[in-house]
Amino acid sequence: MTTVFDFGLLAYDPPGWGRVLLVGFWRSIELAAGGYCLGIVIGIFGAAGKLYGGKVVRDLLEIYTMVIRAVPELVLILLFYYVGTDLLSRASVALGFSRVDIDGLSAGIMVIGLVQGAYATEVFRGAIRAVPTGQIEAAHAFGMRGSLVMRRVTLPAMLPHALPGMANLWMIATKDTALLAVVGFSELTLAARQAAGATRAYLLFFLSAGALYLALTLISNVILRRVERRARRGLVSARQQ
Amino acid sequence: MAELDIVSPPSSPAALSPKRILVILGEPHRVVLALLGLSGLVMAIHLMDWAWLPQYLPKLGDGLLMTLMMLVASVIVGFLLALPLGLVQVGGIWPLRWLATAFCTAVRGTPLLLQMWLLYYGLGAVFAQFPEIRGSWAWDYLRQAWPYGFLALTISFAAYEGEVMRGAFAGVPRGELEAAEAFGMSRWQIFRRVWFPRAVHRALPTLAGEIILQLKSTPLVATIAVTDLYAVITQVRQATYLTYEPLLFLVAVYLCLSGLLILALRWLENRVPTGQ
Repeated sequence: MTTVFDFGLLAYDPPGWGRVLLVGFWRSIELAAGGYCLGIVIGIFGAAGKLYGGKVVRDLLEIYTMVIRAVPELVLILLFYYVGTDLLSRASVALGFSRVDIDGLSAGIMVIGLVQGAYATEVFRGAIRAVPTGQIEAAHAFGMRGSLVMRRVTLPAMLPHALPGMANLWMIATKDTALLAVVGFSELTLAARQAAGATRAYLLFFLSAGALYLALTLISNVILRRVERRARRGLVSARQQ
Repeated sequence: MAELDIVSPPSSPAALSPKRILVILGEPHRVVLALLGLSGLVMAIHLMDWAWLPQYLPKLGDGLLMTLMMLVASVIVGFLLALPLGLVQVGGIWPLRWLATAFCTAVRGTPLLLQMWLLYYGLGAVFAQFPEIRGSWAWDYLRQAWPYGFLALTISFAAYEGEVMRGAFAGVPRGELEAAEAFGMSRWQIFRRVWFPRAVHRALPTLAGEIILQLKSTPLVATIAVTDLYAVITQVRQATYLTYEPLLFLVAVYLCLSGLLILALRWLENRVPTGQ
């Protein structure tokens, strides 16, 4: 056996494993995008709760973010994946429905979203605090309800401050999807491992998977930087360094 | 792009004296929450199955030791590698600068799990092909899993911290370097006396966050058969068929570890004068 790469193994059609890798890559992107969006939703509510919520809500959210930030993602994913699906199916049995089987993708998105939500909460909280209070007070003075102020003033105004953190979170989300390989969800990393195990071409497949991840990161980087520049276009440039 | 700062406190609160802690904990809703949490804990202890714990305690201790060794070793070696990585990105000749930037980008742009499997399965398979390596003294180590886990963790830490060091080296005010030059110091002296210490100094506050992130990466070594704390818990789960108890125990241990680490790093940080 030689160490020279046999690139024929990467062919798209069945003797090659290209298709398996690309399907895995697509599933990784789906997971990351779904988890990221869920994380943003949790983050917005979390930040609003931390800033404007009652004492109990604030403390509970503090516990949520603290636990997520202190415990390894791998452990959290295992915990949410097994315990979450177990609890949900038990609950549905207790309520008289038939056992629900949550498909891997939804469970994975839920897990990534819960982890992302904790970080997004902190990002949004910091960003909302960076919005001059006068703007929010002015909106209140115009008689807008809390949700309307949030939608029309606070969220758009905090966006430029939140974007650098959100860009980082997207990078973390794409890389965290790999951890779902450990619970048997066949995203890119697990697909690469299966292909490598079947063909013994470990270096080739792991390097190809790495190249795909890297391409995703680099392309996202370019797009995010452009979005960031656009969102900051009205801001005083002293903050841009 | 700056790495996400997730551990440093949002705004450093006034020093937590015992009295202040009492005031913070003494608020009525916190007392209720604490009682609820406590009753949950008591219920968990009574209603759940913890019979496996005494039997596995020595193994868990060994696993914890392995986790901590991986953390400490990879942080120390990774930091030593991060110094040149950061330095050549700021002041190196272009091939070196290009290499270091490519290295940091590639490592930071791919999942650590993939890197670990690449090293363990990929490099491991390559090494096994060469009889010269199989016959040498190194094979005793290369056959085992922990060197690959250690290598992957070290590389990862070096890349992330290298990026921090790049910023730190670049961020030392030019005036300080020019002042050193004006005093007639040689380039090496400027580096040794001003540039290097100032850069490390600037990087220290982010080091705590990076170390916590590194602690959270260590359980990945369990996927390549290194028996750290996480791997022992996996063994427990497979032997006892328990879903909740071992995982909750693991979460509790990591919470304590992170908490202790944060306290220790904060204590260390306060001992370094910041000059502000």
